[in-house]
Parts: sequence; C-alpha cells; structure tokens
Amino acid sequence: MIPDPIDIALSAIKIALVFFVILTLAAYLVFAERRLLAWIQDRKGPNRVGPFGLLQPLADLIKMLTKEDFKPAGADKWLFYLAPAMAAIPAIMTFAVIPFGAPIPLLGRQVAMQVVDLNVGLLLFIAFSAIAVYGVALGGWASNSKYALLGSIRGLAQLISYEISMGLALVPVVILSRSFTLSEIVNAQEGCWFIVYQPLAFIIFLISIIAECKRVPFDLPEAEGELVAGFHTEYSGMRFGLFFVGEYINIIVLGGLATTFFLGGWHGPLLPPVIWFSIKTLAFAVLFIWIRGTLPRLRYDQLMHFGWKFLTPLALLNILATGWWMVLRG
Amino acid sequence: MEQILFYILATVIVIATILAITEKHPVHAIVYLVTSFFALAVVFYLLAAPLIAMFEMIIYAGAVMVLFMFVIMMLDLGGGGDAKRPSLAHCLPALVLAGVILASLGLLVTARSSAIPAASHMPDVREFSTTLFTKYGVAIEIISMQLLFAVVGALYLGRRRKP
Repeated sequence: MIPDPIDIALSAIKIALVFFVILTLAAYLVFAERRLLAWIQDRKGPNRVGPFGLLQPLADLIKMLTKEDFKPAGADKWLFYLAPAMAAIPAIMTFAVIPFGAPIPLLGRQVAMQVVDLNVGLLLFIAFSAIAVYGVALGGWASNSKYALLGSIRGLAQLISYEISMGLALVPVVILSRSFTLSEIVNAQEGCWFIVYQPLAFIIFLISIIAECKRVPFDLPEAEGELVAGFHTEYSGMRFGLFFVGEYINIIVLGGLATTFFLGGWHGPLLPPVIWFSIKTLAFAVLFIWIRGTLPRLRYDQLMHFGWKFLTPLALLNILATGWWMVLRG
Repeated sequence: MEQILFYILATVIVIATILAITEKHPVHAIVYLVTSFFALAVVFYLLAAPLIAMFEMIIYAGAVMVLFMFVIMMLDLGGGGDAKRPSLAHCLPALVLAGVILASLGLLVTARSSAIPAASHMPDVREFSTTLFTKYGVAIEIISMQLLFAVVGALYLGRRRKP
C-alpha cells in the first residue's frame, strides 16, 4: 500500500511548519517570560539586543552554542548526552495530534490542520507525557551529582503523581464527546465549550499541567534555593538549552491541549480558526508566566498531599457525577 | 511498506531485549527494555491495534518501568559489578520455559494452514470497549477486584506503625 505522493508532501509540509513555529515560539516565550517577569517586578528586563530586545533569543542561542560542552567526572556518558533529547522530543511529538485549525480545501481534498488524526489521539498525549519522565530522571541520574539526583527523584515522583489527576480530569471530556479523537472532541464543542459543563475538570487539568511542566509553584525538581538547579545542574551549553527550551515547548503544547479539550479548540467567531487557536494557547502561556511571578513554591510534602489526597479523589468524584448526569439525561 | 517496517522493528525488539537481560547495570537494562516496549507498541499499531499500542506505552513504558527506575534511583542500586554468572541449576527453569516456547513456536510454524485472517479494518475504540465490557465483563470485574486487593495490601504494608 503506497500512499499518494501529494499526501506525503502535504504531511511533510505540515510537520516542517509545526517544527518551525513551535521552536520559534518557544524561543520567544523565553523572551516574553523575562520581559513579563521584569514588568511584574518593576524592572526593565532584556531590552538591549535589537528593537525592544527582540533579538535577545538569537543572542542567547549563539551563547548556548559557543559554550563549552561539559561532562562531569564519573557521569554516565551516553545517558548524559541523550537525556536532554529525551526531555524535548516527546513534548514536540505530542503536537502532532493537536488540531490547530479548521480543515481547508486544497488541491481537491480536505486538508486537516493537524499532522495526524489518530483515533487514540488523547491516549497518545498521555503516553508521551509518561515517556517524558525519562528525560528528567535519566538526566539527573547520569550526572553523578547529589543535587541532580535529588532533583530527578523529585521530578519522577511529581510527574507520575500528577499524571494520574491529569488523565482522570480528561475522562469527563471523553464521556461528553464520546471519542478519543481530538478533532471530534473539538467538533463536539462547536455549540458550547466543555469548560461550561466541566469547570471542575478544567481546574484540575490546569493545576496538573502546571505540575507536569514543572513550573512555579510546582518547580521542586529544579528548586534553585535548595538544589542549585535540580536535575540539570551539571548541564551546560546547548544540552542545558534543550532542557530549557523543552520546558517552553511543553508549555505551548499543554496550552494547546487545554484549549482543545476545554476551550473549544479552534472554534470562535469572526477571526480565522488558526488565529483563535493561537490566542487561546498563548493566553495559557501568559497565565503560566503570571502564576510564576505571583506564587511561592510549595513544600514537597504539601505537593504530594495535594496531588494524591485532594486532586485525584476530586477528579474521581467528578467522573462519577458526570456519569450520573449523562445517564439521567439519557 | 508495512513488512519492511515490521522487520526493522522486530530486529530492534530482539536486540534490545537481549541487551536488557545481559546488561549488568540496572538503569541501562531499563533503558533497553523501554526501547523494546516502544518498538513493540509500534508493531501493535501496525497490526491495527492502536489501543493496545497506547496501553503498552502508558502502562509498561510509562508506569511500570518508571516505578522500577524510581526504586533503583532511590536505593542507589547502581554498579552491579559483583554480579556472578548464575550456575546451570539456576538457569534450569528459564531453559525449560524457553524450550516450551520454542517448541510451541515450531508447532505453530509447521502446522500453519495459512488461516490467519488479515485484519480487515481497524476496530475503533467504541467497538473494542463494548466487546470488552459486555462479553468479558465478569473477567474485567475479577481483574479489577484483584488490583483493589493489591492496593489495599500495599496500603497495609506501608501504614505508619506505632513506635
């Protein structure tokens, strides 16, 4: 079975486009975060390179690439080199299943604005967020350093704990849309967004994804005050850069998923679908930065208690209530 | 196309699994085993079972192996340099099991009447879950009870003892 060459070309174009947009956006999100945090803290932030400091990401990239690539003594060579890629790749691969616009007619066919529309798209997202744990865990372990190891053990425990509440918060979405396919979930929200039916699931999902991308107030794996820089303490140059950019790719991808599951995806009045999707996704990114500028870090036992004893039971109750409601409604 | 992919994946699975059992360092062994699970998930996808492929990744690669790694990292079980080659008496159960599996494989290969039907269509998730929860409903209930027992047992073992 050989697929049509035009289909292959269209897929390749979509993949290249997604890579380019996500990586550029992640680099500029770093810049936006520094400017917004500076604004919150009444500072100026980076404003010297280019107009308004807009070329700062380029300068940072040159700095990262020209730094010495350092490997600590006694480190596990291959795992130390591989771990940053293991952290960044699953995040960007998840974007393959997110629909970022309405299908458009092109070359006599309906081209979906999505790299691939799997009938298990939602499960693919959960699978890849489970795989992303390995980058954090192996990076810290392979560094042969106390701080890095402590950071990665914290990261491991945190990620697997909040994955559960994240997955459970998505069950009501599947119940309402009756599908694992992300395009069908978006289509089911044409009339009314799921955030209206499921405000509780949305809040649980939002808290869980903040914990999943290890952001303040859940940034214990890298807690600067106690663990130097946590799991990536021993990394330098572009390998550190991959961990760092991976975090911002994760923010964009998880923001996009929250948009798809709860905020109606690309649906919206007047403006074109792609613009609506971008606005909603970037709103999540700004919210994450805002939260970072506002909240202090949790203590480790508080983090675990909150995840296991509050969020997970709440998500289970929410599933039960949704099920009852669906049965009563018929 | 699918056949070429299958042979590449099968090679990866076999090599990664052999490395996983011969590697002395536990963390490296886990990485090899996860590689093997990943390739296996893609094989399931090629066999028109996307749901099984995802479960393979979520449960085995994403949960079970992560927990193994957590334990190894917490207890610092690295090194493993003093591990000796096991004696023949220790290998016997494994050899018997391998013999049984190889023999049944041989039987399957020789007695095959080309009756394995190709998957006509990808069964969608709804079809799959309806069959699972109606036809095999009792089995599902029994398995979930067993998992519940395991959870209660773990809670009992991990409870805070009075000093």
